[in-house]
Order: sequence, then C-alpha cells, then structure tokens
Amino acid sequence: MDYFDPHIHMVSRTTDDYETLAKMGCVAMSEPAFWAGFDRGTVDGFRDYFEQLTAFEPTRAAQYGIQHYTWLCINAKEAENVELSREVIAMIPEFLDRPGVLGIGEIGLNKNTRNEAIVFLEHLDLAMKTNEQILIHTPHLEDKHQGTRMILDMLTGDARIDRSRVLVDHVEEHTVRPVLEAGFWAGMTLYPVTKCTPARAADIVEMHGPERLLVNSAGDWGPSKPTAVPDFILEMRRRGHPESLIRRVVYDNPRQFFSQSRGFVFNERS
Amino acid sequence: MADNTPPRTRAEVLQTELLPLRAKALEIAAGLDRLDRADGQSVDDQLQQLRQALAVLLEDAPNRAERVQLIFSRQYDPAWRQQLEVVAGR
Repeated sequence: MDYFDPHIHMVSRTTDDYETLAKMGCVAMSEPAFWAGFDRGTVDGFRDYFEQLTAFEPTRAAQYGIQHYTWLCINAKEAENVELSREVIAMIPEFLDRPGVLGIGEIGLNKNTRNEAIVFLEHLDLAMKTNEQILIHTPHLEDKHQGTRMILDMLTGDARIDRSRVLVDHVEEHTVRPVLEAGFWAGMTLYPVTKCTPARAADIVEMHGPERLLVNSAGDWGPSKPTAVPDFILEMRRRGHPESLIRRVVYDNPRQFFSQSRGFVFNERS
Repeated sequence: MADNTPPRTRAEVLQTELLPLRAKALEIAAGLDRLDRADGQSVDDQLQQLRQALAVLLEDAPNRAERVQLIFSRQYDPAWRQQLEVVAGR
C-alpha cells in the first residue's frame, strides 16, 4: 500500500533507509526541523540546516521516488536561548517560499517552561503573519499531558488560527481526545518504548475514528523505527480493517492536510 | 466516541492477545522481582505510581490505557499562564 510518513527526520537516517522505505510503499514524507542532539549556537547553523532540509534531502529522497517536504523552526529544546530563537524566527522567512516547505514546525513545548511558551507564541505569530500551516511537537512522557493542554490553551487563545491547518503531533491515549475535540488534526508517533505502539495506535483509530488522525514513525537518530507505518498497516489488516480505512489514515489524511500548504505539490503514482 | 472496531468476538480477540499479554504480565512480574533483589533505597514516588498503574489494570472499567497514562503525568493547572507570567495570545 502506498503511504505517507508525515513525520520523519531523514537528516539522521541513511540512504539505505530511503531505499527500504521506497520498497515498503512510502511515496511521500515530511521532515520537521528538530533538535540535532546538541544545542546549536548561531543563526547560521540553522541557516545551513534549513538548506539541508529544503535542498539536499529532497534530492536524496527523489533518487528513490519519494517526495520530500519539510517544516521550519527552532525546536523547543533550544528555546531556552530566547535571543537565538528570535534570530532564527526572523531568518525563517528566507526559506518559506522554497518548494516543499509546508509551514512552521515542529514547534511546541519540551519541559513546559516560560521561555518555551514565549518562543512557541512567537512562532505562532510568524505563522499567522506568513499564512503558514503549523506542525506541533507535544512533550515526552510525564510532561505530555500538561504540555499538550498548555499548547491547546495557546492555540485556542489566538483567534487568528484556523484549527484545520494545525497538526498536533505525538498524541497518545490521554491527549488525543482534547486535540480532536478542539478541531485540530492529531498525529500518532509509533515509537518502540516511549510513545504509541502500532497496536495502541490501531486501538485509538478504533475508539476515535479515522477523521483528522495520522500516523508517523518520527524516525530520527534515537531509538526509533523508520518502517513503523507499515507495521501499523499490518496491525490494522490483522484485525480485519478494510483497506479503505487504512488508506485513509496513512495516505488520504496526510495528503488532505498537506494540500492546504502552498508548498505542497504532489505527483500521485500512476 | 466512534467505534470502528471490526466485528471480532471476545474469544477471537483473546485468542490473538493471550500469548502477548501473558508475556507482558511475566515481564512485569520479573521486573518487580528484580527490583526486590536490588540493594538500596527505592524511589518511593515512582514505585507508588507503578503500583497505582497496576491496580488500574485489574479494574473492570474501560479506558485503562488513558487512566494509566494520567497516573504517570504531571498535573495540568489552567492558571499556568499567570504562574509563568506568559501573556495570552491574540
């Protein structure tokens, strides 16, 4: 089955992974800007990173027939440096009209601090002024519930935001309901230990329905599995779900959400 | 809440899930035994959370996964903006 991986960090994966993903049916992916494993020190460091995201990775993906899209921001883990964050936010518009740029992301919270909230709000303001879609990172483990609710407070507190153009990612059992009920899109990340398993993601689809729900691997340099979306497809098939339902979650939904970005030009496989 | 569960009987679901659940129950039991054999003070708050979560598993009520998640979560305070002095959005 052809599928999208709407959240994967290919800068930290090998070219062999692109080949494997293509063999498993991945036709498109989106790569949010994220933390490199260390705090970058200069705005030029981010400028180089955005160059990699908007020029090099799409070329590498295209060698295997995969269409690569991206999102730009400074990640919440680096938001404690508010001065650098503001420099990066001011620089982001240099890249927003490049092909394949879908919007601002993955912005959000990490430890739910004041500085993270300030930088998040300034990213939202940039997205509204430039008419960009938004991809949101919700915190890990014990911080997720609190941080997701704080993020929803900030999103719903801004009357300019069109909720159908915001994807709140890394939802789990305790956060999916408020995200969907508020009218946002929700992404489930399939991680071996710290987020959703394919079986729990299938449970969430069964309990909440497929509307505005996506699944992704969030494959990166840490423990993660870039082929996790095919694992979800297999789990859904084992339970007897129809192909149309599975396709809606792994192909139609991400395509519909991405199509609201002016940088999304998609060539369907004939 | 939507219900998109395929028409499988409880017996069919149990047939599929029994061995994986048995294996996970054994992993928990062995992990707790490992904890008992270890020296030193345990971290009481974390152990208490684990005990609460295990108790939820035995309750005859729905949404166990959501309730276990909340046991391991920091509390949300709707007044967080005032506490962090973050001004409201537009």
